Amino acid sequence: MRILYTDVLVIGGGLAGLRAAVGARRRGHDVIILSLVPAKRSHSAAAQGGMQASLGNTARGEGDNEDVHFEDTVRGSDWGCDQAVARLFVHAAPQAVRELAAWGVPWNRVRAGEREVVMDGRRVTLSERPEAHGLIAARDFGGTKKWRTCYVSDGTGHGMLYAVSDKAVAEGIPVHERMEAIALIHEGGRCHGAIVRNLVTGELVAYVAKATCIATGGFGRIYRVTSNAVINEGIGAAIALETGAACLGNMEAVQFHPTTIFPAGILVTEGCRGDGGLLKDAAGHRFMPDYEPEKKELASRDVVSRRMEEHIRAGHGVNSRFGEHLWLDITLLGAAHIDSRLREVKEICRHFLGIDPARDFIPVRPAQHYSMGGIRTDARGEAYGLAGLFACGEAACWDLHGFNRLGGNSVAETVVAGMIVGENIADFVESSAGELRVSTALVQEFLAAEQAKLDTLLQGNGNESATEIRRRMQDIMTDKVGIFRRGDLLAEAVDELQALLQRSRRIGVATRRPGSNPELVAAYRVQKMLKLALCVAYGALQRTESRGAHYREDHPRRDDANWLKRTLASWSDPFQTLPTLAYEALDVRRMELPPGWRGYGARDAIEHPATAPRAVEIATIREAFGHADRYTVQQALMPYEHLVPVRFRGRNERLGDAS
Amino acid sequence: MTTDTPRQLTLRILRSSPSEGIEPHWQDFRVEEAEGMTLFIALNEVRDTLDPSLQFDFVCRAGICGSCGMLIDGRPGLACRSLTRDFGPLITLAPLPVFALIGDLSVDTGSWMRGTAERLETWIHSQAEPDLTAVEAKMEPELAEAIYELDRCIECGCCVAGCGTLRMREDFVGAVGLNKIARFRLDPRDERSDEDYYELIGDDAGVFGCMSLLGCHDVCPKGLPLQTQIAFLRRKMVAVGLK
Repeated sequence: MRILYTDVLVIGGGLAGLRAAVGARRRGHDVIILSLVPAKRSHSAAAQGGMQASLGNTARGEGDNEDVHFEDTVRGSDWGCDQAVARLFVHAAPQAVRELAAWGVPWNRVRAGEREVVMDGRRVTLSERPEAHGLIAARDFGGTKKWRTCYVSDGTGHGMLYAVSDKAVAEGIPVHERMEAIALIHEGGRCHGAIVRNLVTGELVAYVAKATCIATGGFGRIYRVTSNAVINEGIGAAIALETGAACLGNMEAVQFHPTTIFPAGILVTEGCRGDGGLLKDAAGHRFMPDYEPEKKELASRDVVSRRMEEHIRAGHGVNSRFGEHLWLDITLLGAAHIDSRLREVKEICRHFLGIDPARDFIPVRPAQHYSMGGIRTDARGEAYGLAGLFACGEAACWDLHGFNRLGGNSVAETVVAGMIVGENIADFVESSAGELRVSTALVQEFLAAEQAKLDTLLQGNGNESATEIRRRMQDIMTDKVGIFRRGDLLAEAVDELQALLQRSRRIGVATRRPGSNPELVAAYRVQKMLKLALCVAYGALQRTESRGAHYREDHPRRDDANWLKRTLASWSDPFQTLPTLAYEALDVRRMELPPGWRGYGARDAIEHPATAPRAVEIATIREAFGHADRYTVQQALMPYEHLVPVRFRGRNERLGDAS
Repeated sequence: MTTDTPRQLTLRILRSSPSEGIEPHWQDFRVEEAEGMTLFIALNEVRDTLDPSLQFDFVCRAGICGSCGMLIDGRPGLACRSLTRDFGPLITLAPLPVFALIGDLSVDTGSWMRGTAERLETWIHSQAEPDLTAVEAKMEPELAEAIYELDRCIECGCCVAGCGTLRMREDFVGAVGLNKIARFRLDPRDERSDEDYYELIGDDAGVFGCMSLLGCHDVCPKGLPLQTQIAFLRRKMVAVGLK
């Protein structure tokens, strides 16, 4: 058996994993990154529109700061997020974007003077301040009060991923490519690394580490229609679940992006609407203002996606041979704008649809896009129930996004969480808790168990097809656990998924060769993916309210009185067919922003009994502090600075600050 | 295409399995064409229904990540965004040359690109640690856009596969490498000088090895201005060499 030792094992070579690795490496620790693919192929590269950070450099961003970003994020989450984590995030986001600027990301820059933009369907002239010339620009995105989304044309994720990936090369961090973690090594509530399968040779290797960090992204591929890359199968989250010690948070919180091209499901950025694009129906009518007079096309993603599907149900969809869709109209932005700011969109339209978005409408329909749920961690990024296991980025639920993530907050989260969790990992490794105490017997035991599972697939007499089971799972998730959810359909989904899980234990694999074996990979992955699918479907069935992206037609109101809590799913017995669900209450009495109306969407929430008293308390505190600065007031309302690693403390400067 | 009956496509794939000692050989697979079918869809259909052992690499399937470079009818390109309707009824698919073969259509671009990054040090070289809370340094908007223009490379390997020099010189940095030097050279945040770059590419394994066949320019899926950038770099490096 082969065992590799390292201080820190990072599973996943996307933005979150890379940035966490750089942080731990810079603190002097040995780090190895595992990646299914070359790191620069990670799905982070597909983030188009930008990352939110309250720099406030542009005319429409003036006056922006952490407070405004915080409130937008909490409202976006439909009060499902951890507000202390949201504070930590909005504080560090400007530092992340500035760090990336120093590392070479070619952020789009402010040009002083007047310029024409499209807002609410009309051309208007904005005037940028001369002193802001050359600073990092920002565009508008959904659910935000200010233009806050920093961008690199519509290749933001690409620019960021290449800069951070090259930074990891500069730091000499090895990336072991085409390596897949298939189990975590753990004992007595302590994680010791992972059992890893080499996807080229088929060999199993044990990576033993003081700290392990999962940054494997989302699990969109449990759905049939998704914008996610084909590698986003959630295996990182699944192996955490399979420990029985760690748990997954809010798995039913799944985001559907309003604009993916129909029917391929490929994303076209929210920047299309942020820059002035409109949604239109079969009659060419701009319908969003009818539903959402305040934010129109730029309400949060959950709201826009629901309104689109509602409009299609009302008979206003465009018929095509693949089914119904709506139109995204960016023709009004003009060819020059599209050629410079939306060029990936233009390429996608040309190659996959054969159209020119400067002249033609883009056929779009919502598709699965983002997993708000994931490995439940504390605000330091350490997993519940398993010391030495950390998680960051989309794979984690430290809970920045609650039940709906704002556009531009995820690619920001990857680097921010990487910065913060990387420091916390280094602290852990340097502490007495971080000492490595693991016997090779234990490692051998885990290796043998995983080898036995693979052998069963390869040499057992199973006759079920992984491809067929997987397709059925994806159909169930898209048809019954989608944008609109209903108790009876969810119950059916849970039953069918359980039956599939049982069938998946009898999968047979025909390809027996020793090396690369895509058939075997599909087999062991679908067994894991089904567990995630069950966490999503069962969590959704139990949650009898509507919050953010989780919408129950049979329980259409947000119910703070009963459901202001986070779902925790665990799977302690490998033979159980349903996750064990527990709940963790969110404490209204400690919220900086108690539950209320989001500023868009429904206004009929059932109030939590602690909301009104907390609102009174907050008003009293604000009054007592009178003319104190915003930092002091914030500190009095909800302290969070203890969560900020030392090197990221200090106040973010902005243009026009009194120095 | 006016007929109602869909075309029957033949995918002729160059198959191999080095781990089993199976030498490259052609194998035909038949699939029925569907509306809007890409090679991503067609290859997955082959794997799902005809041969589960078939190896290929897709990640984003949207032309963004660069994973699926292969020879399509002999020409390097991204399979995910190649529509079958743009090809004849017989489409040949082979792995990209130059890179180490993993099996079938899968090649190891990752090690090659990592080697390039380490050799050319494709990161910002700066002595100063950034002050993260301070207002960021300014940059002209046009310059930022010009850097992005060269930063759009997705390391798919098509230029490497289309390069004449690389067939003769294994150590040639290729258009991907030269474009990266052009990118960092343009970036004022990188403190390296032309003398530093000359050390990296001022020889036959670098910019002077290019024979100007420019297959790279023709096949780049991102339409990067490789021809101009290589010519420009060569001029700049000659100037250093003549000093």
